[in-house]
Order: sequence, then structure tokens, then C-alpha cells
Amino acid sequence: MNGFMTPQSSIWWMVLLKCAILLLVVITTFAYAMLAERKVMGWMQLRPGPNRVGPWGLLQPAVDAVKLILKEDLTPKTADPLIYRLAPFISLVTAFAVYAVIPFSEPGPGNVWAVGDVNAGILLILAMTSIGVYGISLGGWASGSKYPLLGSVRSTAQLVSYELAMGMSLVGVLILAGTTSLVGIVNSQAKLWFFIPQFIGFMIYVITAVAETNRAPFDLVEADAELVGGFNTEYSGLRFGLFFIAEYINMLTVSCIATLLFLGGWNAVAGLTIVPGIVWFLLKVAFFMFAYIWLRSTFPRIRYDRLMTFGWKVLLPVATLNLIATAAYVAVRG
Amino acid sequence: MSRKNLYNVGALLAGLGVTFKFMFKRKPTIQYPSRKKKHAPRFHGLHELRRYGDGKERCIGCELCSSVCPANAITVIGAENSPADRRSPGERYAARYEIDELRCIFCGMCEEACPTDAIVLTPRFEMSDYRRGSFIYSKDRLLVPPEAGTGLAPDDRPNGIPSDLGRVAEIKSTVDTGEGYDATWRGTILKTQTKGLAE
Ligand code: SF4
Ligand code: SF4
Repeated sequence: MNGFMTPQSSIWWMVLLKCAILLLVVITTFAYAMLAERKVMGWMQLRPGPNRVGPWGLLQPAVDAVKLILKEDLTPKTADPLIYRLAPFISLVTAFAVYAVIPFSEPGPGNVWAVGDVNAGILLILAMTSIGVYGISLGGWASGSKYPLLGSVRSTAQLVSYELAMGMSLVGVLILAGTTSLVGIVNSQAKLWFFIPQFIGFMIYVITAVAETNRAPFDLVEADAELVGGFNTEYSGLRFGLFFIAEYINMLTVSCIATLLFLGGWNAVAGLTIVPGIVWFLLKVAFFMFAYIWLRSTFPRIRYDRLMTFGWKVLLPVATLNLIATAAYVAVRG
Repeated sequence: MSRKNLYNVGALLAGLGVTFKFMFKRKPTIQYPSRKKKHAPRFHGLHELRRYGDGKERCIGCELCSSVCPANAITVIGAENSPADRRSPGERYAARYEIDELRCIFCGMCEEACPTDAIVLTPRFEMSDYRRGSFIYSKDRLLVPPEAGTGLAPDDRPNGIPSDLGRVAEIKSTVDTGEGYDATWRGTILKTQTKGLAE
């Protein structure tokens, strides 16, 4: 592997190549994550899921993409055309940008399994995902009709309140690891994965991650039953597709973060180091993705006021207490 | 989710357990175009206008089906048989017979009303098409083709009119159809007309 990656990982063409490969991999993963979701949800609802296109339905993502591309791209008369058209790109670009700093496996000598190893990686990720909210908020706002507007107002409120608890739950890990570099955080979990000492933080992160990515049971931003799709009601064709891709890539992102911060990243399970780190990493991410689908097909959407109550009165205080306790523990011990 | 259930982690886990278990259950889906469900023999599907054993049309153009239809889906325009061109054993036949299958609710009332068992519902159900107009089935699609015998629906319907009864009806039909005939309707004698009805 390291032969392929030259020691000088910051050569410009090397970075470009990595970006291109990453883009391809992430898009493909998105496509099959979507197929997997439809399959698994189908199984849980006693249906076989899509199985008509290609063997075992494996070409379904391709035909879905063709369908979305061929659909008419509508802009409502009342919409603010520039922002309306820009919003899906904001969502998508920020969703992709995060992958620049996510390390996928153990760094080799003079090289990293990432586009760049930033020493404040986790902060960059949090910043990027926060910008991603603008895509949804602006998209809903600029649509110029009522359901998207409600969706966008909800997204702003929901994402802001859950982001607080999420940040708090992550800080606990940062205190334990003593670094904000993702590679550093994973390396400090070599002995003990952080989801054990930070179990409360882990639970809070998982819950807030579901809310942050607008997934059921916290998908109030889309809420098909009451908001007809929420912020993306007016979007069609490729622009809707971009939002869709962004949502799944965000799911992948938070799964990657959970893996890196709580499940020991590429550290092997039960000392099985024969299996390469990247495989472990992907397995753990796949586990989180499965959990997402599992949650979605199990729980009904929760009511909006309860979502807020839960975020502010339960998650945030618990996360804060957890943070204080962690900080006190680290301070006392050394 | 009520507030109690929202914080009842046990119940949430139980729910997750149910969905996980269901994932491995046998799926009851029938893979439709490649596998088809077997229908009950008297399934109410697409209509069919049947014939007698000798190839004559059963329908006598009485319009009972059209009056009984709760969805107003049937249009019948009857006409007199002529000895030269005898379509049905009786005095009249259906010059036009149309069913709008999009209006039809497949209740089977037409089938029950028909005095000659001419209109029956077959188990055929695949009539999807791209235009609304194609769902108006006229005689060319409803009437069983002569080479298909008496039709798809089973002839031995309970209390049904047997396929040789057309012979009896023909013998009984004594009218001179060229002239029209006297019919009574609520005590009034009417001269029926044959011109201008059939198209
Ligand atoms: S099945 Fe019912 S609705 Fe359909 S044509 Fe016959 S009487 Fe009318
Ligand atoms: S199908 Fe039967 S009920 Fe309808 S017009 Fe013909 S004979 Fe009469």
C-alpha cells in the first residue's frame, strides 16, 4: 500500500488523485448505502426491497440516477432563483469537503490514508457540517412556499439545538485523547475504545447524530407526513438528487466520526490485526449505517415540541455533566 | 410516542428487537410479473360477452345489465335481428355494447342481472394501458371470438343458462323483423322500429 503512496503525501498530483478516488468511493458508497437502506428497510417490513434492476437489484442506484437527471428542473415563480439553485450545492460541497480530513486507516511512514492530516481535524469537520445547515435552511427559505419555509425554520432550530449537545459529547473524547487530530484520537484508543469510558457521550453523540442528519425518528425537517418533504418540497430532478446525496453523505460522515472518536477507528477488534485497518474502519462505519436504517424502520417520528424538550432539557444537561465529570477526572488523575 | 415511552429505553430496545427479527422472516411478497397468484374461480375481472354453443351471441340487447350497473359503466344499444343476419337467437341483439372499465367497480351485478348469462366477469385482470380511451371496451374486445367457443368463463355456472338454450330461444322467436313488431309497454301498443338504431 505504501509503495503506491509516495512518501511525500502532499505532492499536488497525489492530493488530486486522492481527491478523485475519494469522490468516486464516496459517491459509490452513497449509491449502495441507499440501495442497502431500501433493502434492509424492506426486509424489516416483510418486503424483498428493490430486486428488479440487474441481479438482486444491484443496478437500481444507476437507474435512479438516470431518472433524477432526466427529470425537469423546476424553479417556483415565488422562489429566489439564485439562492434556490445554490442551496443544494452548499449542502453537497460541505458534505464532501469533510472527507478531506477523515483518515481511513493507519498512517504509513510519511503518508496518511486521507487527503490531509489536519491537526485540528475534528474542529474542521464540525465547522463544515455546521455550514451544511445553510444548504437546508436557505433552500427552504428561498423556495418561496410555506412547507419548505416551515422545514427550514425547523432545521435551523433543530440543528442548532442538537449541535450543542453533540459538541459537548465530543469534547469529552477530546479531553481524554488530549488532541484534536483525528489520527491522534484514534491512536490514543489503541488500548481502550472511548465508547467505554465515554459511554454517555457515545449515546448522546449517536442520538444527536441522527438528529443532525435529519433522519427518522428526528426527520422533522423533511417530515413527509406533515410538511410534504419539508425543505425539499419544491426541489425536483437533479437538485433534489443533490440534497439526497448530501443527506446520505452526511450519514456516512457522522458514522465515520463515531467510528474514529468512539469505536477506535481502524483499531482491530479482539487483536485481529491480520485484517487490515481499512477493513475494520469500513466494518464499523457499516455498523453505524445499519443502525441508522434500523432506527428509521423502527421508530415513528417524534413530535416537534418533544424533540426540542429532549434536546434542551435532557441531552444538553446530560452532555454538560458528562463533560464536567470527564474534565474533573482527567484533572484529578494528572 | 408518548412521553412515558420516549424515555422508556426498554420499550425502545424491544421495538428494535422486533424489527431485527422481522428482517430474517420469510417475505410474503409474490414476485408479480414472473409469478402470479392463483385467483378464485369466480374472481371478478375483465368482462366477456359469451356465445352459445352454436356460435350465436348470447346477448339479446335487453339493457338489464346497463340499468343495474351501480357505476353506470355499461352502454347497450340493441337492434333487431333479421333472418338474413341473425346474431343472437332472440329477437334483438346488442348492436353496440360498451363497458368503461375505469368506471366499473367489478361488482358483478351485470352478470347477475343478465337473463341469458351473456355478460360474465372473467379472472383476467391485467388491462393496464397508457390512455383512458383504451379502457372503453366495446364488442370487438368483449365478445369472445368465434373460434374461442363459448368463452373463457366456465360454462357450468350454478343455475346458469346452458349453451344449447339458444336453440330454444330461436324457435320461440317468431317476429318478422323486417316489419317491426307490436310490443306492449304499460298497456300501450308500440310499433318497434329497426331503422336507425344499429350503427
Ligand atoms: S361489474 Fe358492476 S360496475 Fe362493472 S359493469 Fe358490471 S355491474 Fe357495472
Ligand atoms: S348482456 Fe345480458 S343483461 Fe346486458 S343487454 Fe345483453 S342480454 Fe341484456
